[in-house]
Amino acid sequence: MARIEVGALHHLPKRIGKCVKIGHMELALFRLSNDHVYAVENRCPHRGGDLSQGIVSGEFLFCPLHDWKICMRDGNVQAPDRGCVKTYKVEIENEKIYVQL
Amino acid sequence: MKRKQLVLIGNGMAGVRCIEEILKIDRDLFEITIFGSEPYPNYNRILLSTVLQGDTSIDDITMNDWEWYEKNNIHLFVGETVVKIDKEQQLVFTDKGRVAEYDELIIATGSKPFILPIPGSDKQGVTAFRDIKDCEMLMEYAKKYKKAVVIGGGLLGLEAARGLLNLGMEVNVVHIWEHLMERQLDPTASKLLQREMEKQGMKFLLQKETAEIIGDDRVEGLRFKDGTEIAADLVVMAVGIRPNVELARQSGIAVNRGIIVNDYLETSVPHIYAVGECAEHRGIVYGLVAPLYEQGKVLAEKLCGIKGRTYTGSVVSTQLKVSGVDVFSAGEFMDQEGTSSIKVYDEFRGIYKKVVIRDEKMIGAVLFGDTSDGRKLLDMIQKNENISESFQVSFFRPSSNQSNKSMTAEMADNEVVCGCNGVTKGTICKAIVEKGLKTVEQVRDCTNASRSCGGCKGLVAELLEYTIGEEFDRSVEKETICSCTTLSREEVIEEIKSKNLKYVKEVMNVLGWKNEEGCSKCRPALNYYLSMLYPTEYQDEYESRFVNERLHANIQADGTYSVVPRMYGGVTTAEQLRKIADVAEKYNVPMIKLTGGQRIDLLGIKKEDLPKVWAELDMPSGYAYAKALRTVKTCVGKQFCRFGTQDSTQLGIDLEKKLERLNTPHKVKMAVSACPRNCAESGIKDVGIVGVDGGWEIYVGGNGGTHLRAGDLLCTVQTEEEVIEITGAFLQYYRESANYLERTSKWVERVGLERIREVIFDVDNRKQLLVRLEEALVAAKDPWKEIVENKEIQEKLFRDLKVPVNH
Ligand code: SRM
Ligand SMILES: Cc1cc2nc3c(=O)[nH]c(=O)nc-3n(C[C@H](O)[C@H](O)[C@H](O)COP(=O)(O)OP(=O)(O)OC[C@H]3O[C@@H](n4cnc5c(N)ncnc54)[C@H](O)[C@@H]3O)c2cc1C
Ligand code: SF4
Ligand code: FES
Repeated sequence: MARIEVGALHHLPKRIGKCVKIGHMELALFRLSNDHVYAVENRCPHRGGDLSQGIVSGEFLFCPLHDWKICMRDGNVQAPDRGCVKTYKVEIENEKIYVQL
Repeated sequence: MKRKQLVLIGNGMAGVRCIEEILKIDRDLFEITIFGSEPYPNYNRILLSTVLQGDTSIDDITMNDWEWYEKNNIHLFVGETVVKIDKEQQLVFTDKGRVAEYDELIIATGSKPFILPIPGSDKQGVTAFRDIKDCEMLMEYAKKYKKAVVIGGGLLGLEAARGLLNLGMEVNVVHIWEHLMERQLDPTASKLLQREMEKQGMKFLLQKETAEIIGDDRVEGLRFKDGTEIAADLVVMAVGIRPNVELARQSGIAVNRGIIVNDYLETSVPHIYAVGECAEHRGIVYGLVAPLYEQGKVLAEKLCGIKGRTYTGSVVSTQLKVSGVDVFSAGEFMDQEGTSSIKVYDEFRGIYKKVVIRDEKMIGAVLFGDTSDGRKLLDMIQKNENISESFQVSFFRPSSNQSNKSMTAEMADNEVVCGCNGVTKGTICKAIVEKGLKTVEQVRDCTNASRSCGGCKGLVAELLEYTIGEEFDRSVEKETICSCTTLSREEVIEEIKSKNLKYVKEVMNVLGWKNEEGCSKCRPALNYYLSMLYPTEYQDEYESRFVNERLHANIQADGTYSVVPRMYGGVTTAEQLRKIADVAEKYNVPMIKLTGGQRIDLLGIKKEDLPKVWAELDMPSGYAYAKALRTVKTCVGKQFCRFGTQDSTQLGIDLEKKLERLNTPHKVKMAVSACPRNCAESGIKDVGIVGVDGGWEIYVGGNGGTHLRAGDLLCTVQTEEEVIEITGAFLQYYRESANYLERTSKWVERVGLERIREVIFDVDNRKQLLVRLEEALVAAKDPWKEIVENKEIQEKLFRDLKVPVNH
């Protein structure tokens, strides 16, 4: 397990996702209206959509390709679609964002 | 206590449905084991037709994913076939050498496609159409070969043929009888069907009996009994199915055509049951899911020890899943001795309806062209109802979509409302009451009813009305923006105006949205309504925009983007082309493509490169991603063409320059042709202009997309100025009164051409519309230029975060 600094909070506008590239790995990082930050694997379980570009609503995310609704907190795809994306623990310290990989 | 062992042979639609029903009754009664020959979890076989026709993908038709089996503690063995049942020891044996014990055993082995026993039927390129493997093979073949022959003009054959046509093959359908779908249609309906399919490009060889399949290893053609031949690279046999009963027969279970079962689905051997296409009940073997689901339910209750209900047979109805062809049939639909029938035949609109009556009761029906009455007729047939006078009156009415509440009320709870997903009235009503559902969408999300083909949406709406009565308001039902609110578009706009609301968030807060931050449907809609109402003040909200309109480019399946610069009226210059070529080279653009909208698309550009590409192109955005004016296609017109009566190219350019950047409820496409030959396809555009001697015709509400619609002639005018004015007024009225995501084709139908004429031909009214249009146009800036000049937006929207890895 590794704790990796991925950027500063001011890089993250509210409700606009960011794609984070760590080597070959891609995360989608989101800062919600309530300032919580979530990180999920940047690959929609449906057909691999770029989740970082989805529409954010509360703790839910809508995939930009076919509108699957995904909970950013636990990664679960919402009914009636089914599936799950990996979620990663995020910590904020001194305005810096760390992700537990 | 040790759980009883329940084993299911056949991981298909009927068997797994039965297991679902058992789990619903008692999750803890059985330890369940399922064997399936196919290497997939249970999928929706019905939708293979849709997959082949290109409307869904194989990934999307799974009905119970792996997780479902796991969650319900089901031992699942796929790719494993049961080869023997020992009914004395109560054991089953598989081809992988596994042995499983059972207390209760369900056989749900389905059917096998019937392969004609003629020479050559084992050649490469000859296949059935039954499972995923067949479907994949057909799709592969269509890539390589051209000529397909489908043997069998029944439901399955026609659906397969339509799919192969969609995949670009030439398709001949060979049928042994004179009439297509003779088991479901009477000769009149069958001829209408044939005519319609021929229009779609299918060819038929009727009354032909195949004698032999010719070719070396691979099929090269067919020879018929009459000596004629036809070439073929692919032959699909859709000549019927045979219940898959070998295993049962060898194990000493009584078998006729299917495995014989009684009203409890019990076979001749204790503790062994059969459901689905392999079962024969009172002499009938069913081949459609609705009755199989009914059987599954009865068997589930029996196995769980709930006595009482029995399976007594089903009246089945069929529908053909070919887009653009509406066919319905049920019961005994042929005229025979002792029956009479009522028929309606509207040759002009291609509508045929017939009900067959015996002893004043309806026993069968056939519908072609307008199948909206289908569900109701099926219901009457199942209920054995008397034909009343009021029925006769309504039957002759063009399209009887008035609701008939008493009928919904009389439906039995176990009647299947949604055939595709086998959802019953009882399930739907229960969900409505227990979960407080208010809209058809909520019912869909909660029960899956209407999720597949959507054919039963009307009925679901009726059930809502019937269950929650007053509370369910059809007008709201049709028009609420989404399930976050119960307000219609009109109400929301009224509130925005009267309360002077200025932000998306504010609207949702003040108007009591159920989800605080809305969803992907209402947020973009509200964003549009606000920008339409306050064109000069409103600040577009990035976070409420769908990605394409946030990044001003079209997202691609792989996460790259496409760039389409404006080319007014489809006219370009050597200099523009050179610039595009340079940029394409510099950014390694994987594909340069001419679009259907008369301009050039650079596809496969990385998000981060977009601002640079735009800067170097230095051309305005073509808005190919936007709900806005897209293109104005033109023909060469009188400058060059020998038939041209007007300068269509110039008018197209003028219109595009005037109206570019205008955001609208949905995309808007225009075209200008210089004569009625219509080379710019003005007849299927949101606004289509056609030059005639001394003037221009203006057509509106045309659409060349999913639902083809020819435009309606709005008016004929004399000058180019008038064209621009009328077009502007029309679009502004559309902007102000259409629902978000409603194309002009739908809007014109909803509002009515007369109403539109009233509004925009009133001189005062038109002036005001044009003033408001100007406001919107002035406020609009070229988005590419804005982004190119704004480093902050580039940083915010286009830049990824990159973390170096040092190991
Ligand atoms: C590029 C182009 C195809 C091409 O290679 O030629 C295209 C590409 C797309 N079309 Fe189209 N359409 C293109 C011309 C058309 C046309 C023909 C025309 O405009 O003359 C039509 C039928 C005419 C019409 O709309 O009335 C057309 C009807 C659609 C539809 C169905 C619209 C409808 O109301 O039924 C959609 C889906 C939608 O908008 O919801 C669609 C959606 C799409 C999208 C944007 C899919 C999406 O939502 O992401 C495609 C983007 C592909 C990509 O990966 O970038 N496209 N599309 C054409 C761009 C024209 C342009 O220069 O802007
Ligand atoms: C292209 C197509 C379109 C259709 N369209 C419609 C439609 O519009 N409406 C409609 O109502 N119906 C339609 N049908 C019919 C519908 O799909 C079937 O009626 C339904 O799937 C039958 O369910 P079943 O469980 O009896 O059989 P199946 O779904 O065939 O399941 C049986 C399963 O058992 C497996 N099996 C067999 N023997 C063994 C064994 N010994 N050991 C282990 N596993 C075994 C088989 O491999 C198969 O997976 C369509 C069918 C097709 C092929
Ligand atoms: S470009 Fe248009 S027609 Fe082609 S796949 Fe995309 S949406 Fe369908
Ligand atoms: S890829 Fe995400 S919804 Fe299809």
